[in-house]
Amino acid sequence: MARITASVYSSHVPAIGVAVDQGKTGEPYWQKMFAGFEFSKQWLKENTPDVIFLVYNDHATAFSLEIIPTFAIGCAAEFKPADEGWGPRPVPVVQGHPELAAHIAQSVIMDDFDLTIVNKMDVDHGLTVPLSLMCGQPSVDNFAWPCPVIPFAVNVVQYPVPSGRRCFNLGRAIRKAVESYDAPLKVQIWGTGGMSHQLQGPRAGLINRTWDNAFLDRLVADPAGLAQVPHIDYVREAGSEGIELVMWLIARGAMSDAPPKVVHRFYHVPASNTAVGHLILENQ
Amino acid sequence: MALEKPYQDVPGTTIFDAEQSRKGYHLNQFCVSLMKPENRARFKANERAYLDEWPMSEEQKLAVMARDLNRCIALGGNIYFLARIGATDGKSFQQMAGSMTGLSEEAYRDMMVSGGRPIEGNRYTHEWEKK
Ligand SMILES: [Fe+2]
Repeated sequence: MARITASVYSSHVPAIGVAVDQGKTGEPYWQKMFAGFEFSKQWLKENTPDVIFLVYNDHATAFSLEIIPTFAIGCAAEFKPADEGWGPRPVPVVQGHPELAAHIAQSVIMDDFDLTIVNKMDVDHGLTVPLSLMCGQPSVDNFAWPCPVIPFAVNVVQYPVPSGRRCFNLGRAIRKAVESYDAPLKVQIWGTGGMSHQLQGPRAGLINRTWDNAFLDRLVADPAGLAQVPHIDYVREAGSEGIELVMWLIARGAMSDAPPKVVHRFYHVPASNTAVGHLILENQ
Repeated sequence: MALEKPYQDVPGTTIFDAEQSRKGYHLNQFCVSLMKPENRARFKANERAYLDEWPMSEEQKLAVMARDLNRCIALGGNIYFLARIGATDGKSFQQMAGSMTGLSEEAYRDMMVSGGRPIEGNRYTHEWEKK
């Protein structure tokens, strides 16, 4: 049977992708931020899963306002890096895992979560930036991500976005789905976005270190309690775009009920407009 | 009964909800069109003519031409969509976000480097009214 071995949490700021693509990771502005992921890159090399289930959000790239799915699972064989207006990122095409994705879709829909099945989709910085942070820039002679990835897009752009509680329960349904897959796959689930940031209006630039760090504490120790936090707390305390953090609860819900092992924790301000948070949790 | 919208009591913030999205549909879809290089070129060549191809309000068109992002947001725009205008102009997300705050580009960047806008005094609209 397949199983979830670990979860990874990270911000997905577009400027991080630009820094990687333009070879600026050693510049003083970026040095500290990327240093926080050195351990993570090594960890992923030593713990490469068979599949990564990557929870992220699309930023008006694959989904315009024509169709706004709350939860969309990528079931295609591959996903191309999108052109977000600055040209596509020079990163590898993402290889999917259609068999596992179809299995998860079937199981999770049977568990009352209405997933949208997506068989054709480009992926934007929300998905490719966490891969860059965790894998670095793939070498020219082996230009590929280390394993297949199932993109799972959550609407956090048009309000109301799904509640933390719903996200956490969805994570549990995903866990159940993975555990019923009849092949011995090691699966990691990643939750991305956040932490505190606001990109719009006169309050743009908001950062809340205290709230972010309390979120990290609770995500580890009390995720079910954290899942009860209402939307307004995210908006007010972590900025209008800080609401992306509900996606971390999907990944956390997919972990075992037993306390996880905290392998790595990192927090840094700023990357562009955003507070960068990062956690690696292993199932024991 | 009216829907409860507690997020309207957050200063300097417009939440892109179903109502805003309805108002801004054509404005945001115009922004989506700028993801194609040929459309960016046509828009740059004659902004007014390009905007006139869209069933947007006159106010929305003027706000786009003035690059007044706060106004665009008030009229139903969403920042992830409006970012396509910034990309067309060669602007970064930080330049766009900063442009809405009344700070200069340098002052905004400095604020971010020194830890961002603090939360104290920035939670409720009444905290801004006193200023
Ligand atoms: Fe995002």
